[in-house]
Amino acid sequence: MLNRRSFVKKSVLSSFAAIVGAEIVFGSNMIDGYTPLALQEPDPFKLFKKNNEMVVLNDKPWNIEAKAHLLDDKVTPNSSMFIRNNGKIPENINADNWKLVINGESVKQQKTYTLQELKSKFKHYTYQLTLECGGNGRSEFNPPAKGNQWTVGAVHCASWTGIRLKDLLEDVGIKSDAVYIAYHSADTHLSGDPSKEPISRGCPISKAMQEETLLAFQMNGKDIPLAHGYPLRLVAGGWPASVSGKWVNTISVRNIVHDGPKMTGTAYRVPCKNVAPGERVEDKDMCIIESMPVKSLITYPKSGAMIKKNKSLNIRGHAWAGELEVSKLEYSIDFGATWQECELEKPTNRLAWQHFSATIQFPKIGYYEVWAKATDSNGVAQPMVVPGWNPKGYLNNACHRIAVKVS
Amino acid sequence: MKRDEEFFKKIKKAEKTAQYAMFFTSLATILLLLSIYDPTLSIFNSQEKLYEEVVVDEDRIENGIHVRTGLKDGKGLMTVVNNCTNCHSAKLVTQNRMNAERWNETIKWMQEKQNLWQLGENQEIIVNYLVENYPVNQVGRRLTLSNIDWYELKD
Repeated sequence: MLNRRSFVKKSVLSSFAAIVGAEIVFGSNMIDGYTPLALQEPDPFKLFKKNNEMVVLNDKPWNIEAKAHLLDDKVTPNSSMFIRNNGKIPENINADNWKLVINGESVKQQKTYTLQELKSKFKHYTYQLTLECGGNGRSEFNPPAKGNQWTVGAVHCASWTGIRLKDLLEDVGIKSDAVYIAYHSADTHLSGDPSKEPISRGCPISKAMQEETLLAFQMNGKDIPLAHGYPLRLVAGGWPASVSGKWVNTISVRNIVHDGPKMTGTAYRVPCKNVAPGERVEDKDMCIIESMPVKSLITYPKSGAMIKKNKSLNIRGHAWAGELEVSKLEYSIDFGATWQECELEKPTNRLAWQHFSATIQFPKIGYYEVWAKATDSNGVAQPMVVPGWNPKGYLNNACHRIAVKVS
Repeated sequence: MKRDEEFFKKIKKAEKTAQYAMFFTSLATILLLLSIYDPTLSIFNSQEKLYEEVVVDEDRIENGIHVRTGLKDGKGLMTVVNNCTNCHSAKLVTQNRMNAERWNETIKWMQEKQNLWQLGENQEIIVNYLVENYPVNQVGRRLTLSNIDWYELKD
């Protein structure tokens, strides 16, 4: 639990801050040679146990993304998992007295479970679940869209263990007017205002009742790392990762579409009808994102590979399609003029990403780009250009490509 | 016998004097070394010195960059630092590219949803700074791959 220890240290630091009379700025803002640093873990890569090739987009709140080649594992390890936070990571979490409250208009009665009760009372399930940030790829929209400028690395597929939300809701008893479930969490608002929640989202009852929708307490066989929601996380694969609330302490069963922070306005919504780039869209014409679109990533080799003319090139990667399955994966070395089919594996379980591979022979020396294109089980493929512009820059599922030189 | 005793006493006295001499010589040597290598005697008060450094360096600018926040030096810099880096990191500002209208909308949104205070006359200073120092780049529908880190692929 290195993470937890670091945060205890951090609170010691804040008393230092009080003495100094100035806020001690975290991470890359830190002034060189300032030694109380030794008290906390200044290096986010060590703090969160991330690969040091990860890219820090924002350090307050923490937002860190992977690069394509860091996501080569079939099951994503913590070291390559993106972090997306809306608020401040909670401090001083005690899993021993962690409680989950189930409330809302549509529960038959409010009920509270300890974490221990959740673990002992309900059957455990393990699934590999793809979680992609709704804003993954935002950096490519033109005109630019507001928010963290994710490139390709805000996606992962880890193995999650927990109980089915469905089993829990059945134990509580929900009324027939239930429409939506919402999570509430222990993270705190950036402004420090204790009356504000940074984010409280959720999903329709139908998604909540799916077998793969978990209240998870383990990731990749261990306690969930703090930055990913320790000690309890809602995991709803295939939907924008913001549905999968971290540090969950309350689930509300609502008789309306949940109206918490980041559910309304333009947050995690796209225009209900297509709009021209840069067009103004009224809030009432924005629709909530549900299943994520089909997408793929070439994770091997890393972009920039130089090979000899007579050598073939093995490529591999993953593909996912929200609620659907990926039915075909193709690659092109001529900017989409021709496509060749890759080997594509079935998913380990529903909502897990699928692995693809191919061996490429290049006809002559020169500069190439290898493009990958996935097609979902409805026959819908990834576009080669950036898809429909939207005010907040969500759902960019344009084909991924790597640069290769043959000499 | 008496002469022997007196002799011993003298020897002892001499020994003591020699010890004193040694002690003071060592002390003088230490002080001398300190005055040469560490005239401020910082090894005795390293704590105080650390605090000093923070206060002194807080808003220093190096190579046109405000070191603490990473923001570009320019007209209105400190207004931006003081109003826009309290709740979130400056990285959230510099990642984004917007025109004046959209920055003003973003400020309004932060005031409605994120507890940002009224900026008054500072709003124009802030927006001008942002538009000037972080202008919108036209990226088209798909950019050319850039910053490729070429390497020899083994195997």
